[in-house]
Amino acid sequence: MLADLFQTTVIVSLLAATVRIATPLLLAAIGELVAERSGVYNMGLEGTMLMGALTAYLAADASGSLWVGVFAALTTGALMSLLFAFLVITLQVEQIVTGLAMNLLGSGLSVYWLRAAFKGQSQIPATPIFDNVPIPFLSELPVIGPVLFDQKALTYLALLSVPAVWWFLYRTRPGLDLRCAGENPRALDIKGLSIAARQYGAVVFGGAMAALGGAFLTVASASRFAPEMTNGRGWLAIVIVIAGMWRPVPILVATLVFSFLDALQLQIQGIGIAIPYQLMLALPYVVAILALAVRRRHAGAPAMLGVSYRRE
Amino acid sequence: MSATQGETPRLEVRGLSKRYGPVLANDDISLAVAPAELHCLLGENGAGKSTLSACIYGLAVSDMGEILVDGQRLDLRSPADAIAAGIGMVHQHFVLVPRFTVLENIVVGTGSGLRLDLAAARGRITDLCARLHLDIDLDRRVDSLSVGEMQWVEIVKSLYLGARLLILDEPTAVLTPQESERLFALIAELKGSGIAIILITHKMNEVMRSDRVSVLRKGRLVATLTTADTTRDALTELMVGRSVATIEARHIAASQGASLSVRGLTLSAPRGSLIQAIDLDVAPGEILGIAGVAGNGQDELLETIAGIRAPRAGTITLRGEPMSSLGAAEVAGRGVGHVPSDRFRDGLARDFTIAENLILGQQWLRRWRKGPLLDRAAMAANGQDAIARYAIATTGPEQPSGRLSGGNAQKVIIAREFAKAQHLLLLNQPTRGVDVGAIEFIHAEVLAKRDQGCAVILVSEELDDLFALSDRIIVMFRNEVMGEVRRGAFDKTAIGRLMAGARAA
Repeated sequence: MLADLFQTTVIVSLLAATVRIATPLLLAAIGELVAERSGVYNMGLEGTMLMGALTAYLAADASGSLWVGVFAALTTGALMSLLFAFLVITLQVEQIVTGLAMNLLGSGLSVYWLRAAFKGQSQIPATPIFDNVPIPFLSELPVIGPVLFDQKALTYLALLSVPAVWWFLYRTRPGLDLRCAGENPRALDIKGLSIAARQYGAVVFGGAMAALGGAFLTVASASRFAPEMTNGRGWLAIVIVIAGMWRPVPILVATLVFSFLDALQLQIQGIGIAIPYQLMLALPYVVAILALAVRRRHAGAPAMLGVSYRRE
Repeated sequence: MSATQGETPRLEVRGLSKRYGPVLANDDISLAVAPAELHCLLGENGAGKSTLSACIYGLAVSDMGEILVDGQRLDLRSPADAIAAGIGMVHQHFVLVPRFTVLENIVVGTGSGLRLDLAAARGRITDLCARLHLDIDLDRRVDSLSVGEMQWVEIVKSLYLGARLLILDEPTAVLTPQESERLFALIAELKGSGIAIILITHKMNEVMRSDRVSVLRKGRLVATLTTADTTRDALTELMVGRSVATIEARHIAASQGASLSVRGLTLSAPRGSLIQAIDLDVAPGEILGIAGVAGNGQDELLETIAGIRAPRAGTITLRGEPMSSLGAAEVAGRGVGHVPSDRFRDGLARDFTIAENLILGQQWLRRWRKGPLLDRAAMAANGQDAIARYAIATTGPEQPSGRLSGGNAQKVIIAREFAKAQHLLLLNQPTRGVDVGAIEFIHAEVLAKRDQGCAVILVSEELDDLFALSDRIIVMFRNEVMGEVRRGAFDKTAIGRLMAGARAA
């Protein structure tokens, strides 16, 4: 049976699954990268993703349009992170604690809202999900075609966000200022520039991206919302940012490694190899812990990450 | 080059006042600085120099008064307004991003729009540096620069923004004597191109190189004088408000034999060593000065002797007994006092009261305990004694230490550590940021300790302090001892060279 794993069709479907599974992680991690580069730790990704998943599902169900669902998730993510930004930037509440509170909020509110929306119904309706959008010609290529060019629109968006954010951070003037906010905010302050404005922008972008990642789980794969369906992906995205040393391309690589492990365990379960599936499920997380242990010195972390700025 | 009648001053301050709560930090200050003038602001800590410069640079908004640049009245709400008016400031603690290149550090926070035009900026900055005869590699990361070079970057940063008036806040505090000379050469170049400079300092030899000097005391402008018409002593008296006796250290011949003996002391860090094979001896009743720019291993050396850090190799012997394997509490128990350089981080707990801070680290001793509890009465009595003996300006032993001024906080630490120090006293920058009155007091206490036969190690960046107190001076550079100079052979140029890394012949 193990030999089945090495057939071309199996490998192609394994790699295609890897890219699909990577989508929500990559969206959340790239968003978190921008927030953390501005100096703000948003530990509330898990809750934000949950809320994004829920609101995308509810809006898609109510309106009949999947894109309305996507828009609802983006708005929810932006609003939730606006609240977070107000607490940690304007009121300077401790960032880690506030992030944890956002997770509790997302987890509790999403379940409550789901029940309130479908009061008394024994089963919640399924929405349609996004179709794959094969790219003409490119999707015909052997192996690489089905893996990279026969995916959903949100997956393309996630992959494109990597070079886009790289370009923004390293090749634009606002990107330089944003990195400066995370390294030494005082350098902006003494030029009379607002640190808060840049951090608000970065945090809201990060929140919207996380919610978009959440939306992928409902309107692009599961077709229904289930409580706690993000299943630790928000946390994994935070680990990915650390493992990726706060740089876009290594973050993409780290995302693909974790997603491959997840795809692999699904494939192995599917084939029916006799390994307890719980062990396989835990595999990406075990690797995440190992990755953190190896990177124990936070090489590449913005110098003032997590420290609220106050003028002396 | 004082402002002549009829010439429009580059900067004019009229009747500026600024209040912080109950403290009137600036009280009706008026002064003028001409183009191409080097104008010194002289004053003790808390005299209002920082507040005044913060108001001029837009970091603080004055309660009353006007600020004019080239005759134009300014409405300063933020540093952006000051920059737009042509005011630049180099802060005492550099405001650089270590991980950015020189070019990125200069460009960050300038310009508008999405485009990051580094090529155009590079051209302008290269021209600026060429005009000032500065040789900086714009593509080097700032964390690989020397402190002197970082300061050039700060100055170029201001000029890139079009500064015509440059405020330099204690710019030589972190420089070697040679780097300071280089800075004054640069200041001369800037003056040559018509830039006015405000130099904030408390070092008299720098004040004497200015065109004019304004002396601040307790928030008020005491006098503005043409430097050539005044003297150091007159300025010191204006600054302190009374005449200051210079301490003449009475140098007794140190008794023979070493009290403290350090051999091959090495402290390792994940990347390289923090101190490298240090040998030194201090006799009872001797003061050993350690000169060097901050961050060359002085803190680590004292912390290792004090038992705070564990050495990788080498021995430390005090009065014949080894103590390299002891922890900080055991070392203190052997009669060693340690005054750390960062008093609010390592010297005190800010939220603790003065009485609590005075017994910090000794709270297990029987004399501060009543059964399992602290003996609050004994602590309060001890606090009262220390406040009286060290003239600590406070409301009482129950006042939280975080509210003390730098000088008074230092007195609390000194009261505690000097009491501990029976045989060895480790002093790290004991007078930094402390006003002249407290410096006199601290110096006198150090000498008293020395006369009691205590061995003293004094780390300082102020060569004047070291010269006044030390029997011998060793110089540290990049975690090693570069050389030793004995009293009688003290010489600023020679020590400056050692501080910059040249080895003693």
